[in-house]
Parts: sequence; C-alpha cells; structure tokens
Amino acid sequence: MSTKPRRSGITDETPWVKWLLTGTALTFIGLFLLVPLVSVFAEALNKGWELYLAALVDDDALSAIKLTLVTAAIAIPLNLTFGVAAAWAIAKFDFKGKSLLVTLIDLPFSVSPVVAGLVYVLLFGSHGWFGPWLEENDIKIIFAVPGIVLATLFVTFPFVARELIPLMEAQGSDEEQAAMVLGASGWQTFWRVTLPNIKWGLLYGVILANARAMGEFGAVSVVSGHIRGMTNTIPLHVEILYNEYNFVGAFACASILALLALVTLALKSWVEWKAERDTEAARAAANAE
Amino acid sequence: MTFKKPSVLPGFNLSLGYTLFYLGLIVLLPLSALVYKTAGLEWADFWSTVSDPRVVASYRLTFGASFIAALLNLVFGLLVAWVLVRYSFPGKRLIDAMVDLPFALPTAVAGIALATLYAPNGWIGKHFAEDGLIGELLGKEIKLAFTPLGIVIALIFISLPFVVRTVQPVLEDLEIELEEAASSLGASRWQIFSRVILPTIWPALLTGFALAFARAIGEYGSVVFIAGNMPMESEITPLLIISKLEQFDYLGATAIAVVMLAASFAMLLVINLLQWWTAKRLGRRT
Repeated sequence: MSTKPRRSGITDETPWVKWLLTGTALTFIGLFLLVPLVSVFAEALNKGWELYLAALVDDDALSAIKLTLVTAAIAIPLNLTFGVAAAWAIAKFDFKGKSLLVTLIDLPFSVSPVVAGLVYVLLFGSHGWFGPWLEENDIKIIFAVPGIVLATLFVTFPFVARELIPLMEAQGSDEEQAAMVLGASGWQTFWRVTLPNIKWGLLYGVILANARAMGEFGAVSVVSGHIRGMTNTIPLHVEILYNEYNFVGAFACASILALLALVTLALKSWVEWKAERDTEAARAAANAE
Repeated sequence: MTFKKPSVLPGFNLSLGYTLFYLGLIVLLPLSALVYKTAGLEWADFWSTVSDPRVVASYRLTFGASFIAALLNLVFGLLVAWVLVRYSFPGKRLIDAMVDLPFALPTAVAGIALATLYAPNGWIGKHFAEDGLIGELLGKEIKLAFTPLGIVIALIFISLPFVVRTVQPVLEDLEIELEEAASSLGASRWQIFSRVILPTIWPALLTGFALAFARAIGEYGSVVFIAGNMPMESEITPLLIISKLEQFDYLGATAIAVVMLAASFAMLLVINLLQWWTAKRLGRRT
C-alpha cells in the first residue's frame, strides 16, 4: 500500500483530532487483535517452558500435527491445480455463463463451515447416499481421514482461483498469443509465459489457503469424530485439551497455530511487496522503451 | 451467438472441463445432497423443526449478534482504514499487516484466547467483575464471557478485517482535488467528510458490512468457547446443527442447515449487488 504525499494543510484534520482518531483506532486494534494474540503465548508459557514443550511432544499432539500437515499437503495441491485451470478457462476465454461460474466458485466462502461439514456427512455418513455402499466395501470416509481432507478441500476451494482470475483477466492474453504465433506449444506457453506472470498471485492464494487448511475447525469438527491420535487435527486437539481444563496443553498447541498465523501474515506482506516491485519494474521498463 | 468466442489459445476444453468436474465433485454434489435430503421431508415436519422456539431463539441470537458485531466493525473499520490511509505513525506497516490476523489465526485459537481473556478472572474480564475497575465504576458486575455479549466480542474479532479491507483501497484512490475544492468553497472538515467523502465510500462501507455480517452468521469455532451455549439464551444456530447431528437427528440438522444455506445465498446476492453498485459508483467518478 502506498500513501500519496499530501499537499496542503487545508485537507488535513487539526492535530488533536488526528491524535484522537489514531489513538482510538490503535486502542481498538490493540484490544481486539494484539491482546488475544499475546495472551495465547502468555497462557501457553504460564507454567514454564518445560510443561510447554512436554505438551507439544505428547503423542496425541504429535499425531494431530502430522494429520494437519498431511491434510494440507493433499488439499493445497488439488485446489492449486483447480485454481489454475479455472483461472485459465475464465480469464483467457470468453464463453456463456462465465459470471455464474465465478459465483459458484466463490460459493464455499459463503457457506457456514458447519454446513460444509454436514453435507459430506449426508453424502458419505452411514445414513448418507453412499453410506451403505461404502460400508459394504469397508471404506470409511466420515470419522476418518478422507472426510477431513474433503471438508478441508471444500473450505479452501476458492482461495487460489479467486486470486488468479482477476490477475489473469487484468494481464490479458497478448503475451500468450504472441508466444503461440512464434511457435510455442500450449504447455510451453503456460510454463514460460503465463506462470512467471502469475507466480506471486499464485503464492498469495496458496499461503492463505494453507492457513485456512491447517486452522479449519467447524467443518472438520463435524466430519472428524474426534478420535484421539487418529482423526484429530491441531485445532480439534486444542478443543479437547481446553474442554478437559488442560489449559497449558491447549494453549501450547494453539501457540503453534498462532505462530503459523504470524508466518502467514509475514509471508503475505512479503509477497505483496514483491508483486508491487515487479509491477513497478515492468512499468519502468515499458516507459523506457 | 456461439457458446465460446474463437481464440488462438489452446486448452479451453481441458481447463473448463476439469473446472466443472472438480466444482461438481467438491461443491455442487455435496450441496445438492443437502437439498435432496430436505426435499424428502414433509413440509409440516420441516416447518415444525425450523420454527421450534429453541431454533428461533438461536436465529435471533445469531443474526442479532452478527448484526451488532458488523455494525461496530462498520464504525471502527472505517476509523482504522482512515487512520491507515491518511495518517503516518510509527509501526503503521505492522498494524496494517496485523489487520488480517483474524483471517490467518485459526478460529479455535481465537475462541479459547477470547474465552480466557473475557472470563471473570481473565485479563480483560476481571476489570468487569464486581471488584474490578469498571465493575466498581458501574456498581455492578458485567458478565462478558459465556453470555451473548461474549458472542458479539468473538464475532467482532473474526469479522474485523472485512470493512477495513473494502474501504481502504477506495479511500486511497479518493481524489484530493475534490476535498480541496470543497475546502476552498468554505466547507468545514466535517462537512467535507459527510458530504464529499462519505457518499463516495458508502457502497464500499456497505459491502464490507455485508461481508462481515455474512461471515459472522456462519461462524462456529471462535464462538463456541466464549458463548456459554445455553439453549434459548446463548446457543447459536451452527452449534444447534452440531448438537442435532450428535443426537443422530440428521433430518433436524439438515432442515436447519437449509435455512442457514438460504441465508448465505441471500447474503451472496446482496454482496454481489453491492459490489456492482461500488464498481458503478467508482467508475462514474473517474
């Protein structure tokens, strides 16, 4: 984000109004964002480092961490591939029903996470459409890892696509058309021309999707069955420990997720900065010609 | 007109085909299962489930608390966006990045942190206890956690970035010349704000409000820990769906979920209209 230089005092507030507004805004941010964030670490370290570390190397905690990583490792590449395909079809071509398709892609963002979990129970649960068939073939989806992956796929579905669609629409397809005319194949054009142009947008979408995938609670909670050491992701493990009044354990596991959030925010700012710099460099190059 | 305009670029069939297949598999098929399941319900059964007093109390709470939280975020979100765009102060970039924390912090983490902070013995909650700073000032205890007030607090947290992030770019693009012109014609700073700036950013403000509200009505993770979850009093609709599921009342859960889904669709429509209005308003000005 950039701040334009302000030219004169006539469109400025008086200093005390400025101070009052800034102070109120910072108090609001501090009270509602910083204090909760700090309290996670404070509560986790409340009884010292030893208990903190012990809570993290607990078997159930480790298996929750593993499940969270596995879930994200499956869900993110799948939604990444989808996002690129959807953005290619939508941004590079004109066809009927495009805006309906874009709305449908955004749909999972407006559905409550609890409803997102429920729909998979209705499909694959023992009373669901495919329930009897799955039981006959001894396949477990609900209250097992596949259900968790499916619910995560649903809630992180739009992230990459909705970053890439506006970006690729703004870039147009002149460069791709030039590459094709010069004899490049479709895949060559995609890898050498399109991908370098969208890499920051892509990364941005992946970072946000990953944070959501690792932190999702509502949808995963409905399909998981909360089996310790088996179907608990970190957020679900946090809930169990908290409800058992094991606050140090709960906040210790929560602190991993809070760290993940901080890393996410840092990476996100870095990508924004990189993308802005690339755009400026491209504009400078265009002006020099 | 044909379905697709001709283009020299390849891969249309492949990319669109895959997009539709994957969208159908992950989103449309599961959602249609919900609608199909509801269609199997008798209308009278459906109606008695979704109009049960306990369920109605949960709608009132969910929509009421979401509305209050979104409204407070409308005011404070505008303030934060204003301060971030117009003023400079140390640590501004950091604060700007921090605004997205609710998007990045898992809801369960926010939930237990807020519940602990606002509990009667928590860092913030203790000041509202009978012998606390604010409790003594008011002469009575104010319970925050485990009441509807706690729900509003959690919803403020999770819907905080929406208004800031929709208003911020519009404020950045605001033409300073308009304000200078208004000022040279003798308008006061407040008049400029209410007559020049506010009408321009109004569509963006409303969009942010609608996004915040839509997110808040479906929220579950950050609310359940601080809510208290007493039927008729502090039980939100998403929690009710989960308790029905835990009692294996699939039809009950489905019926309520359909009501929530209908509310989501209505909000999606409102948001699309607002965004169209925003684009139109801004397009006309430049």
